[in-house]
Amino acid sequence: MIPLSHYLIVSALLFAIGTAGVFLRKNVITILLSIEIMLNAVNLSFVAFGRYAGTVDGQIITFFVMTVAAAEAAVGLALIIALFRTRESLNPDAFTSLKW
Amino acid sequence: MPESVLFYVLSGVMVAASGLVIGQRNPMYSVLLLIVSFAALAGLYIVLDAPFVAMAQMIIYAGAIMVLFLFVVMLLNAPQEDAAGWDRVHPLRRPGVARIGILLAVVLVAELGWALSKVVALDSPVGARADGAVVGSVRELGRVLFSEYSFAFEATSVLILVAMVGAVVLARREGDA
Amino acid sequence: MDSQLLLRPAVIGLMIFIVFNALIIASAILVYAERKVMGFMQQRYGPYLVGPHGMMQPFADILKLLFKEELRPKGADKWLFTLAPVLAIVTAFAAFATVPFGAETTLFGLLDQPIKLGVADVNVGVLVVFAVTSMGVYGIVLAGWSSNSKYALFGGLRASAQMISYELSYATSIAAVILLAGSMSVREVVDAQAGYWFGFVPKWYLFLQPIGFLIYAIAGVAETNRAPFDFPEAEQELVAGFNTEYSSVRFALFPQAEYINMVTMSAVATDLYLGGWHFPGVPEYLGWLAFLAKVGFILFVYIWMRWTVPRYRYDQLMKFGWKYLLPASVINLLVTAALVLYFNA
Repeated sequence: MIPLSHYLIVSALLFAIGTAGVFLRKNVITILLSIEIMLNAVNLSFVAFGRYAGTVDGQIITFFVMTVAAAEAAVGLALIIALFRTRESLNPDAFTSLKW
Repeated sequence: MPESVLFYVLSGVMVAASGLVIGQRNPMYSVLLLIVSFAALAGLYIVLDAPFVAMAQMIIYAGAIMVLFLFVVMLLNAPQEDAAGWDRVHPLRRPGVARIGILLAVVLVAELGWALSKVVALDSPVGARADGAVVGSVRELGRVLFSEYSFAFEATSVLILVAMVGAVVLARREGDA
Repeated sequence: MDSQLLLRPAVIGLMIFIVFNALIIASAILVYAERKVMGFMQQRYGPYLVGPHGMMQPFADILKLLFKEELRPKGADKWLFTLAPVLAIVTAFAAFATVPFGAETTLFGLLDQPIKLGVADVNVGVLVVFAVTSMGVYGIVLAGWSSNSKYALFGGLRASAQMISYELSYATSIAAVILLAGSMSVREVVDAQAGYWFGFVPKWYLFLQPIGFLIYAIAGVAETNRAPFDFPEAEQELVAGFNTEYSSVRFALFPQAEYINMVTMSAVATDLYLGGWHFPGVPEYLGWLAFLAKVGFILFVYIWMRWTVPRYRYDQLMKFGWKYLLPASVINLLVTAALVLYFNA
C-alpha cells in the first residue's frame, strides 16, 4: 500500500514545478499553465488527505478548487487576449507602462 | 501490489509531463503535455478511490479548461518566447536569475517534502468509513455537498456567473455591441 | 488448476476483441449504408458495381485510401499532424468501453459466475463516456491547427467551439436520466428500465423524458459533427475543413472516428433512453440482438436526417445551442428533479 507521505511528496514536487514555471517563464500563457499545475498539486493532496481521514470532504473541496480554477482560467485568458490586442506581445516584461 | 505500480507509473508520468510543460518553448506543446499530466492525475484519483473526482478532472480540466487554453494559443498564434529581440537561449538555461530560480525551486521541493512527511509519517490511507458507507460513492458526495457545503456551492455558482460575465466583457473589442 | 481462473480473462479478452472489431466493421457497414440509403432517398441506386449490390464498396474505398500518397504540408507541425487523427480514433474507440450491450450471461453454463456483456462496468460509467467524448475535440482542434493552413484552422476552431457548446446540453440531459435511475452506471440505468407499465408499455425513459431524449439526440448529432450540424465537415464542399491537408491513412482515420462516434452516441442513447437490451417479448440472453436493432435504427435516423434537412449556418448553430437548447435542457432537469422529489416523497 502506498503511504500518505508518498502522495504528499508528489504533490510537493508538482507544486514546486508550478512555482518554478511562474517565476522562470516569460510567456503569460505558460505562467497561467504553471498556476494550473499548482492548483492540481493542491487537489491531489486534498484527495489524499480526504482518503486518509476516511471522509469525502477532501473530494468536495477538490470540486471547489476545480471550479475556481476554471473561473480564473477563463478570466485570465480573457485578460491575456485584451492585453495582446494592445501590445502584440505575450511577454510580461513588455507591459511596463506603470513602471516609474 | 498493482496499486503501487500504478502509483509510481502515474506519478512519474505526471511529474515528468509537468516538468516538460514549463520547459517547452512552444506554448502549444505545453498545453498538450499538461493534458497528459491531467490524465495521469485522473488515474491517480482512481487509485485513491475517487472515481467521480477523476472523471470531473477529465471533463473540467482536460476537457474544458485546456480547450480554452488551446483556443487562446491558436487565436493569438502565440509567439514563442525567443522571437523578435529576445536572445536565443532556452528560458530555463539563462544564467543569473534563472539559475537562482531553479535552485530556489529545488529548495522549495525539499522543504515541502520534509514538512509534509513529518506531519504524517505513517501507514496507508484508509478506505472505508466507520459506518460502512463507501468513501467516494457519488451518493455520499452529493449528500455532503448539498448539506454541509451548500453555502460554498451557491457561492461557487455566483463565482462562475461573475467569471462568465467578466470574460465576455474583457475579451470584447472596442466598439462592439 | 481452476479452469475458471483462465476462462474468465479469456472470455473478457474475447469480448474486447469482438467489440473492437465490431466497431471497425460497423464503420465500414455505415459507409456502405450511408451511400445506399442516401442513394435511395435521392431516387437512385447508390453503389451497385463493386460486389453484389455494391457491398464491397467500403473495401474499395479503404483500398483506394491506403494506396494514396501520404502528404504532409511543409509548415505543418511534425508531431501534431500525425497525433491528431490518432487522438480522434483512440478517443472514439475508448468511449465505447463503458457502454454495455447485453444482459449478464453465463455463456450457457460455461462460466460459474455470470459475465456482463460490455467491456467494462464502472460505477461512474456515464461520466466516463462523456469525459472521453469531450477529449475527442482535441483530435479536430489539433488537426486544424497543425495543418498550417488558414482554412483548416478555421474549420478546426469552429468544430471545437461547436462541440464544446453542445456538450453542456448533452450533459444536462444525461443528468436528468441519472436522476431518474438513481445511479451513474450505464448498466444500472438500463436495468432500471426493465419491466412494464400496465403490463405492456415498456418502462423506457423515452416515455418519461420525451423532451430530454430530443435534447440528447440533437446534442448528440452536434457532438459528432453530423447532419444539420456538420458545418466543419461541410466546409469541404464550400471551401475546406479541418482535414483539408490530410490524405491517405491519416485522412481515413477521421471519418472512421466520426462513424464510431456515431455508433457510440447511438449506443448510449439506446442504453439511457430506449431501454438498452430490454424489449417486450425478447428473452434475456438474446437481449444483445434487440440492442443491435435499436442502435441500427438510430443510425438509420442519423443517415436519414443528414440527407433530408439542410445544414445550419455557423451563427445559427451557436445561437441554437446556447440560447435554446441549453435553457431547455436545464428546465428539463429542474422539472425532472421536482417530479422525482414529488413522487418519491
